[in-house]
Amino acid sequence: MKNKKLKGLTLHVLPFSEVKDLTITERVKRILSLVLGNKIVIMHGRLRAEEESRLVQDTMAMIGHIKTFKGIELAVIEPDLRKETMFTKMKYNIAKSLVGDNSALTVIGPATVVKEIKRDPKKIEVLLG
Amino acid sequence: MFRILKSFSKRMLRSLFGQYDNIKIGFYGPPNAGKTSIANTICKDWTGQEIGKVSKIPHETRNVQFKEKVEIKHKGKALTFKIIDTPGIATKIDYEDFLKFGLKRKDAKKRAKEATQGIIESIKWLDDMDAVVVVLDSAENPYSQVNITIIGNLAARKIPVLVVANKIDLRKADIKKIESAFPEYDVVGISAKDGTNMEEFYESLFKLAKKV
Repeated sequence: MKNKKLKGLTLHVLPFSEVKDLTITERVKRILSLVLGNKIVIMHGRLRAEEESRLVQDTMAMIGHIKTFKGIELAVIEPDLRKETMFTKMKYNIAKSLVGDNSALTVIGPATVVKEIKRDPKKIEVLLG
Repeated sequence: MFRILKSFSKRMLRSLFGQYDNIKIGFYGPPNAGKTSIANTICKDWTGQEIGKVSKIPHETRNVQFKEKVEIKHKGKALTFKIIDTPGIATKIDYEDFLKFGLKRKDAKKRAKEATQGIIESIKWLDDMDAVVVVLDSAENPYSQVNITIIGNLAARKIPVLVVANKIDLRKADIKKIESAFPEYDVVGISAKDGTNMEEFYESLFKLAKKV
């Protein structure tokens, strides 16, 4: 039964270079088209705040219009800087502002496939439905 | 950029003309954290009327609802607020989840549809807020992406935030976990159900209003 559920499960790795020049609309559209194809997207980097809220809004707009689509599960894993020195934090923030936050990893999957994404700063666990 | 300029000019006007009146306070958070319960407690305390219905079924609030000119007095000072209660934000809605609460399929589907629209509406209202109270269930894991997305969006918009850890009456409540999840924000633990710590909440609300 379990194997039957996992049949056809695809992980799609989305490199930062593939989305960095896209507009918010294009980036969200790209992610959602992969998710609608029942793929779990592993994206290098993280979405900006306005992109995350746009992703939630567009997801909501699709529920009810696309059969069997119930939404998404989303999680970001990033380096835990709480115990780092002020200098390291500063270096990280400068790098972030120059080249964007690509030290993080974002996982987005269809809610019907991904039941939950559990995380701690060192690992991410995707629980399948 | 436009948002930052808008927020800066709003703050300048307030400091020049002292317009600390009808401060728009939004209640945001995931579904079933107790946003409406808190908004109801405030509105009942100061206007005698509630703002909306509460229920154990998630997504009871599916439209933004507000109460104008709520005058709150605390330690000899008075401030007037516009209390805005928003639908809970989620990344997934499955009408089948509502069936477990005894709803009929047709009603569950209707509720799910309205809930999706409510979430879109909630996010759209973010730009109109002067300050936001993020309401979290202190018995739930605060590290959910929805909470991080809400707080991230408020930070990006430079909107002052107060985090409320609601439901501290529950045995599993853990305020410390919420404090460590959002160390850069003031966290106040309350129970809207039995009114615990409301004085501390009003104290924090007045501090929040000063940041507007």
